Amino acid sequence: MSNKIPPIEVHDLTVAYRKKPVLWDIDFDVPEGKLIAVVGPNGAGKSTLIKTIMGLIDPVSGKILVYGKPVDRERPRIAYVPQRESVDWDFPISVYELVLMGRYSHLKLFHRPGSNDRRIATEALEKVGMSAYANRQISQLSGGQQQRVFLARALAQQADIYLMDEPLAGVDAATEATIFELLRVLRDEGKTVLVVHHDLQTVSGNFDWVMLLNLRLVSFGPVEEVFTAENLQKAYGGRLNILTQVVELAREKSFVRESGHE
Amino acid sequence: MNELLNILQYMDDPNARYVLTGTFLLGLSAGVLGCFAILRRRALVGDAVAHAVLPGVCLAFIIVGDKDPFALLIGSMVFGWISMIVMDAIVRNTRLSTDAAIGMVLSVFFGLGVVLLTYIQSTGNVNQSGLDAFLFGNAASLMPGDVQVFGTLSVIILITVAVSYKEMKMVSFDPDFAKSIGYPVKRIEFLIATLMVMTITVGLQAVGVVLMASMLIIPAAAGRYWTESLGIMMIIAAGVGALSGVGGTVISGLAPAMPTGPWIVVTALFLFLISFMFAPKRGEVIRKVRNMRNRVRIQDENVLKTIYLLQEQDGLDGKVRSLRDILKRRRMNIRKTRSSLGRLITGGFIDLVPGKPGGYLLTEKGRARAMRLVRVHRLWELYLTSQVQIAGDHVHDDAESMEHLITPEIEEQLTSLLGRPDTDPHRRKIPYGETTTEGGLL
Amino acid sequence: MITSTFWILLTGSLAAASCALVGSFLVLRKQSMMGDAISHAVLPGIAIAFLLTSSRNTFPMLLGAGAFGLITVYFTEFLHKRGRLLHDTSMGIVFTSLFAFGVILISLYAAQVDLDQECVLYGEIAYIPWDLWIWNGLNMGPRPVWILGLVLVLNLAFVGFFYKELKVYAFSPEYAASLGIPVGLVHYGLMGSVSFSTIASFESVGAILVVALLIVPPATAYLLTEKLKPMLILAMATGVLSAVSGYYLALFLNASIAGSIAVMTGVFFLGAYLFSPSDGVLTRRYRKTDALPEPDEFAVL
Repeated sequence: MSNKIPPIEVHDLTVAYRKKPVLWDIDFDVPEGKLIAVVGPNGAGKSTLIKTIMGLIDPVSGKILVYGKPVDRERPRIAYVPQRESVDWDFPISVYELVLMGRYSHLKLFHRPGSNDRRIATEALEKVGMSAYANRQISQLSGGQQQRVFLARALAQQADIYLMDEPLAGVDAATEATIFELLRVLRDEGKTVLVVHHDLQTVSGNFDWVMLLNLRLVSFGPVEEVFTAENLQKAYGGRLNILTQVVELAREKSFVRESGHE
Repeated sequence: MNELLNILQYMDDPNARYVLTGTFLLGLSAGVLGCFAILRRRALVGDAVAHAVLPGVCLAFIIVGDKDPFALLIGSMVFGWISMIVMDAIVRNTRLSTDAAIGMVLSVFFGLGVVLLTYIQSTGNVNQSGLDAFLFGNAASLMPGDVQVFGTLSVIILITVAVSYKEMKMVSFDPDFAKSIGYPVKRIEFLIATLMVMTITVGLQAVGVVLMASMLIIPAAAGRYWTESLGIMMIIAAGVGALSGVGGTVISGLAPAMPTGPWIVVTALFLFLISFMFAPKRGEVIRKVRNMRNRVRIQDENVLKTIYLLQEQDGLDGKVRSLRDILKRRRMNIRKTRSSLGRLITGGFIDLVPGKPGGYLLTEKGRARAMRLVRVHRLWELYLTSQVQIAGDHVHDDAESMEHLITPEIEEQLTSLLGRPDTDPHRRKIPYGETTTEGGLL
Repeated sequence: MITSTFWILLTGSLAAASCALVGSFLVLRKQSMMGDAISHAVLPGIAIAFLLTSSRNTFPMLLGAGAFGLITVYFTEFLHKRGRLLHDTSMGIVFTSLFAFGVILISLYAAQVDLDQECVLYGEIAYIPWDLWIWNGLNMGPRPVWILGLVLVLNLAFVGFFYKELKVYAFSPEYAASLGIPVGLVHYGLMGSVSFSTIASFESVGAILVVALLIVPPATAYLLTEKLKPMLILAMATGVLSAVSGYYLALFLNASIAGSIAVMTGVFFLGAYLFSPSDGVLTRRYRKTDALPEPDEFAVL
């Protein structure tokens, strides 16, 4: 029954930032149990897309469903890994405390985490190979270790869908291998994993599906079908200029479609 | 003695006790909330709110007609809130930066407050005297009623923070993630801001608009140096705040006509500077001492290694080496080399052989330690050239600093990874003694 | 006979123009609160100048204030870098402490220092016409007018002379450094100008309302234009307009002139905020593009 419903459905999504469109008329269904890379040039709206799915940014128009429902009703089933730079790594908490935050998604407000939550957080740290660092302060971590800790927090959420914003940015080769292995394990457990990715070299072989994004959805499908030179040219190349022009024109004419927002 | 007597007499005065209780409670709650203010990068928002509540106080006075503490509290809370909303609107709707919004709200609202205050003064209402305590703070004039209000607010603030600690920590550290797991981020932020406005309103009467910001910022910043845990940081900040409140009140009470607020701030600054200098790990002095110790150790080890290398060069194990020999082999500062030699003698790593030509001789202990340094140096060079593919003529400088750093555990890993090699990339022998970890740190 | 009204208006306008000129660069550099910090932190400088010269002599006061302005900038940087504190935290520590130190000095030497807290917080522009400068037995007009005039000329010279450098610096200090512009010099020069403008306006409008003159007119201008030169001119014009209209508002309410000037800067800002042709909130709503969402992460709440 429920596995007929796609984990994430995005319909006619348009998002803008200070009058400028960032995503334009995006429409797709995410298949279940796939490891998916979201790629595109800088400013293509990759982070915006997953932030919008998480409900962190309000779209101008469009509809997003998680297991057929608004995201607010399925939050415990969807985990989010923000960009590493989005937080203050000098904040006075320990690695373990940070990971334990992942359990808060299953706790009621003002309830304290119990022994089960503590066990799950410890296991999550083990999975990313950071157990030895549990009591370290987060400012002492290297870039790759910060990424792993963020991943551990998401693992502690025990969700069905994982949305990750550049979890491989600024990590060394060893950490990259560890993280890819972890992503595969998640996928093999039947989870749906959507990863914003910046490195085109590592898409083939590491991901099942790929989404090419540049303001609009250029293409989305299995890597071997979609990850072609032609599509990459469309996403990264000059052909987009016409689209950009049209979008700019639409903006000037105040043609942005309105929704129920505000 | 006399001073002590003064203080005791001062404490005896019931009015002084009210003032002390008031500043103590203020310091406590401001310290706790200040932690959220500085960690959420909103240190100066508190400053703006402190200035912006003035028109609220004046309007409440105009409406009620006297200085009813409850009415003034409501008035200032309303304006504290309006000021936050206005700052938010400016940042959201314009290209102006946060600090411009803070500065504008601070100065314009304060200007409005001054206009209302002078307007009230010009109407000649007899009740208005003392209203300017909100401007400059006048802890000495705190009444039992005020202290009751302080106490109630402090209890509310502390209980609220204790109950929602987990939520506030989460929202302060990573609001995006908090929102992603369905936290009511806006409502928690609203709660923190409300507590902040309450604290500021209470604090104004004690320390005045300008210095209120320091009550939020300084104790929290001081607390940050001592710990890596938010909970402990808040407890220390509360302690620093309370101590500053009490200390400043007592100091200002010793001299006539001394303002309380500035002395509270000076006391807080003093505690801050102590934290900044002497806190373990983060303190400036501790860091300086640690750096100095490291430099001395490196210097000593370099001297020791040089003596060893001289012996390796000419194979004469029992030969006494003079200071000149050592400096010829490796260029070092004479004075520093002498003091290193002194320390090495005291540590039993070398012996001073008197006579002509006198000089220095490695002891067994010194030989082992020097050998280890040379071994680690060469192992590291080999590791860099063979495993990391760095050219052989580029590895010496790196090894020169790494030899002082590499622990016995890493050394063991290196040895087994490289298969206990005999020579380094420059075909020099890698010396293995009988013991591998002898003579670690001084 | 020149009326006292004229002198007050002239003083207010000169202070507003000086502050708006240097304040524009503070706003562009996102360092507005540095103006607030400096305007408070110069207090001990003034008090010390008073103590040393036992007079209201202007030049020692300018020197003392300038020195403490630079001390503020320096210590803020120091605590930020060495103390590993956020910039606004270190600024908050430095300027409130210096202000507290100043208040203590004033209360310790109340007999020698003819300054009170009220003057510090909201100035005494209404007494300007009687603070005359007598030179060789000649009445030269109010002293503050001369000082503010001098500071305005100095500021105009500074901005005129370093216009190109300031422009690049305001855009991006890193880029300016890459072009070989002495960024440190420009930065401290600007902070020096802010200190001088602050201290010169201080007597008239007080510490906090100087901040209004430094930040609000430039912010208003910033919403009205995207070019630097028009922004500087608009900022100065808005400042002068606020000073003049603020004076009449104060007369009408029988309230503080300095406070009313600050309120008027706010009123002009509100106008630009609502009706700016390019950025106004209402203008945009009218154009029906307001349905676009705004970013959350900058929220002040």
